[in-house]
Amino acid sequence: MTSDAIEVHNLTKTFGTTMAIDDISFRVGTGEIVAFLGPNGAGKTTTIAILLGLIEPTRGSIRVLGRPMPQERQAVLSRVNFSSPYVALPYDLTVDENLEVFARLYGVADRRKRLRSLAELFEVAHLWTRRTGLLSSGEMARVNLIKALINDPEILFLDEPTAALDPAAADTVRSLLLRMKEERGITIFYTSHNMLEVERLSTRIVFLHEGRIVADGPAREIVQHYGKKDLEDFFVALARSGHQGLS
Amino acid sequence: MSWGRIWALNLRQLFLMRRSFARITDLFYWPLLDLFFFGFLSLYLRTESGVPLLAAVLLGALILWDLFFRIQQAISVSFLTELWTRNLINIFVTPVTLTEFVVAMMLWGLIKISITVTLMATVAFVLYQFNIFTLGISLVPLVTSLIVFGWAVGTAITAVILRYGQSAETLAWSLAFLFQPFGAVYFPLSVYPPWLRQVLLIFPLPHIFEGMRAVLAGQPLPSPRLIWAFGLDAIYLLGAFAFFAFMFSLARRRGLLLKLQD
Repeated sequence: MTSDAIEVHNLTKTFGTTMAIDDISFRVGTGEIVAFLGPNGAGKTTTIAILLGLIEPTRGSIRVLGRPMPQERQAVLSRVNFSSPYVALPYDLTVDENLEVFARLYGVADRRKRLRSLAELFEVAHLWTRRTGLLSSGEMARVNLIKALINDPEILFLDEPTAALDPAAADTVRSLLLRMKEERGITIFYTSHNMLEVERLSTRIVFLHEGRIVADGPAREIVQHYGKKDLEDFFVALARSGHQGLS
Repeated sequence: MSWGRIWALNLRQLFLMRRSFARITDLFYWPLLDLFFFGFLSLYLRTESGVPLLAAVLLGALILWDLFFRIQQAISVSFLTELWTRNLINIFVTPVTLTEFVVAMMLWGLIKISITVTLMATVAFVLYQFNIFTLGISLVPLVTSLIVFGWAVGTAITAVILRYGQSAETLAWSLAFLFQPFGAVYFPLSVYPPWLRQVLLIFPLPHIFEGMRAVLAGQPLPSPRLIWAFGLDAIYLLGAFAFFAFMFSLARRRGLLLKLQD
C-alpha cells in the first residue's frame, strides 16, 4: 500500500452556471503513474489547474504531498512541477538561459551541476546555447521535461506530454518518464489523448466525463469491466454516447 | 519573500532585453526623440523669449515625466511579456509568491528607468547645458515620489490586464498620458480653473511638478507639497496592491490565468 501523493475529496468547481467539476474524489499513490483521461471539456485541465493552485475550487478539499492546497501552495509547488506543450518557454532565450531562470526560481542548489546532469540525461547538451524558438518539437518536449524535473519534483503534472511529437520522439519521452519513475520513484499525473500511450505508461487511469469520474482503475480492468476491445474503444464509446455508450 | 526568486524574474527580463533589438531601442528611442524635441524648443525659447528658466522647467519636467511614464510602462510591459511568451503559467506553478512577482516587476521598472534617465540626463547636459542635478538634494524626494506613483499606476494597469487579458494591453501605453495634461507637468497649477485645481490635487503629480518648478526658480522645496505627494503615493500604492491582489484572486476563481495567454 503506497501513501497518497494526491488526495482529492468532493471537489467541485463551477464557473457561473457551468459545472466544470462535479463532486469528484480520487487518490494518487506515491510512485504511481496515473492517466487523467476524458473527452475535451471533461474538466481535466481545470482539475490539474486546481491541484496546482492556479484555479480556486468552489468546494472540496485537496491535499498534495500531505499538505492542503491552495493554503500551502508555496510549500507544495517547490516539491512538484508541471509541463505542457501549450505553455511555452520564452522563444528568444537560449535553452541555457531559460533553464537557468527556472533553476533559480526553484532555488536549486548547485544549479550548473544539476542542469548539466539533466542535459546529459535528456541528450540536449548540444542544444544548450540554441534559442528555444529554434528547437524542433521533439527537442522542445525534452527541454520542457528538463524544466519540469529541474527541482527534482516528487510529483510531475503533465498535460499531454507527447502531443505534437512524432512517434519516435513520443517514444523517447515515454521511455524517459518510465525511467524517472523507476529511478526516482516520482509520481506522475498526466493527461493524454493517446490511448496506446496510456496503456503502456500508466499504472492506473482516472476517467472523467462531464466533470464526473466514470472509471478509476488499471486500464485492463476498465476495458474488461465494460466489455470493450481496448481503451480507445472505451474512450470513443464514452465520448460519443456518455454512460449509455458503456452499457 | 525570496530575493533569489525576485532576481530570477528580473534576470529573465534582462536576458529577454539582451536578445531583442526592439526592447533595447525602447530604452532610448522615444525618450531621446522627446528630449531632442523639447531640447531644441527650449533653445529657441531661451534665445527668443529671454526666459532661461522656462527652458530648464521644460527639460526638467520632461525628464521627470519620462521617469514616471517609463517606470509605469516597464511594470505593465514586463507582465505583458509573460503573456506574449505564453509563460505566465510556468511562473505561477513555481513557488513564486504574488508579493515576489509584484516586487520583481517594480524592481524591473527601477532598472529600466535607471538606464533611460541616466541617458536622458547626460544628453540634456551635453546638448542643452541642462543639468538635472541643479535640483540638488531636492531631486531625491521628487524622484522617489514619482517612482512610487509610477509603481502604483503600473501595478493597477497590470491588475486590469490580469482580469481582461491582452485586450486591455493598450492601457500600458496610454493610461499614464491621462496625467500629462492634468498633472501640471509642463505648466503651473495656476493655469487650471480653480475648481479643477482642487480636483487635481488628489494626485501626487501636481505636487511634485510644482515642487520642481519652485526649486528651479531658486526657492526651497515646499514641504507641504512633499508631504502631500508622499501621503498620496502611499494611498495609491497600497490601493494598487490591494487591487492587484483582488484581481488575482478573481482570476483564480474564474480560471482566467489559463485563458490569459490564449
